[in-house]
Amino acid sequence: MYQTMAMFLGTPLDWSPLRISLATSVTATAITLVAGVAAAAWRERRRGPAMALVDGILVLPLVLPPTVVGFLLLLIFGRNGLLGRMLLRLGTTVVFSWPATVIAAAVVSFPLMYLTARAALEQVDTRYLEAARTLGGSEWRVFLEIALPLSWPGVLAGTILTFARALGEFGATLMLAGDIPGRTETIPIAIYFAVEAGDLHSASILCLLDVVISLVLLGGLYRWVQAPGSRRSQWMGR
Amino acid sequence: MPLEVQLAKRLPEYTLDVAFTAGDEPLAILGPSGAGKTMLLRCVAGLEHPDRGSIALGGRVLLDTERHVHVAARDRRVGLLFQHYALFPHRTVAENIAFGLRSLSDEERERRVQSHMERAHIAVLGNRYPRQLSGGEQQRAALARALSIEPDALLLDEPLSALDTHLRAQMEALLQETFAAYRRPALLVTHNVEEAYRLGREMLVLSRGRVAAFGPREEVLRRPPSLEVARLTGCKNFSRARMVEGGFVEALDWGCRLRASQSLSRPPAHVGIRAHHIDFAESADAASRPEANVFPCWLSRSSETPFRVTLFLHLHRPPGETGEFHLQAEVFKEKWERFRDRPFPWHVRLAPELLFLLPE
Repeated sequence: MYQTMAMFLGTPLDWSPLRISLATSVTATAITLVAGVAAAAWRERRRGPAMALVDGILVLPLVLPPTVVGFLLLLIFGRNGLLGRMLLRLGTTVVFSWPATVIAAAVVSFPLMYLTARAALEQVDTRYLEAARTLGGSEWRVFLEIALPLSWPGVLAGTILTFARALGEFGATLMLAGDIPGRTETIPIAIYFAVEAGDLHSASILCLLDVVISLVLLGGLYRWVQAPGSRRSQWMGR
Repeated sequence: MPLEVQLAKRLPEYTLDVAFTAGDEPLAILGPSGAGKTMLLRCVAGLEHPDRGSIALGGRVLLDTERHVHVAARDRRVGLLFQHYALFPHRTVAENIAFGLRSLSDEERERRVQSHMERAHIAVLGNRYPRQLSGGEQQRAALARALSIEPDALLLDEPLSALDTHLRAQMEALLQETFAAYRRPALLVTHNVEEAYRLGREMLVLSRGRVAAFGPREEVLRRPPSLEVARLTGCKNFSRARMVEGGFVEALDWGCRLRASQSLSRPPAHVGIRAHHIDFAESADAASRPEANVFPCWLSRSSETPFRVTLFLHLHRPPGETGEFHLQAEVFKEKWERFRDRPFPWHVRLAPELLFLLPE
């Protein structure tokens, strides 16, 4: 064990997958957080048979194999795809670039955010929202100041799930962003190609990194939420 | 600034269909659970869409389904006190009250919050969160919040029902103060007739979505227009009735003929009298005069409360083993002490002016 550690530390390692993975996951989570909560809030006010279809489409990336999602994204963002052509006209493309890793991670993790945010918003007692309305609160204020803070635990759980999913994203990312070291090579992809190339040493270090990042982030988030003496702990009764 | 309400809304079990006008005196809306009281308040507050109808408040049209006017709850300036307060749990009392005062400057908002907290006697609780307050304190905070926007009408949904006796008296006093200072339409929903009487000048009895009675509180209680209203306002003694010769009313279930001073345009189907209106005659002499409404009675059983006693009386002959009775009389204990040891029969007097006749 000691020898292994020494070996790890003694060998120079390419840290770029760590940087790329973190940047990708954080960006994708931020996008998904806003988009997922917005979609959940929009969807919560609507009823009707068409909504089942909407739900199906929004949750589809969770059900489909990531490679299928990646392939569909490739069709959309590729040269002949709807968005791909528009981007080309603007003189750019996202396929095989860093934004592609963000798009892939965001799309794949979106359903987790959407589903948890919806569940969280639905469990907010409507009387709070109604009280806010009778006090003259606009729908925007009712949402931002009442519904969102009261569903925060659920939204936070969704954020954590989203981040975890984004950090672990592999299939769709590989399809859309490829494996370009230093640009699109995230930790999972680096691990895959390291193992394929027989470089178990790098693979192990990256695996270890992944575990450490996940633990630190999740632990930190929970601590932050439950910090004693915080405003939140007061009204939650902790 | 009158509040004129006229609306209909289909509910699963019946249709809420009401029309009334509330002036600047508090109006108590009395009814059993499920009568549509809360739904009515929600319609006025703008939280529900009636199927048709109109609501106007001091010249402002809040709803007119024919002209497709439906003012949103946030623009109605109608304060609603929810039954379970609905204080925002993640905001302090002061922040709860400040929610509706966003358009004001910081100092002005601060001042208003402070003054509303003082009026509700919760000035020291501004920094507490709702869960750190007692039920009574939460209720006060919720009232202060509802009043903070200086609404043009105030709606109170069962404001006292969740409180224990002592707190209820305190809250009632606060509501009396509020109504005295407020002078705008106030609707107060309750299922308790005493609460309705103490807090409302006018009384509206709601039953399965319909207005069963509406008028000054004394009027509604003295002359309930139907058996249902008599029951809902706490009357316990009824008998089926019919008119007989000589202007007497025959009380079929009580087995006696009565003189009643009330005259009815339609033939009465029932006759009733409130438990505390039943009196006892000192001697049997009066029983010989038919227009005196005095009848011999025997005590079937009694039930005591701290200051009063309810006597279950059987008319004309002693009750059987099963404890049957015709009338419930409620008397103060002091009075009861005076005649409890007298030999039977006692003599009840059903004063003609206190009897009410109820049409079908």
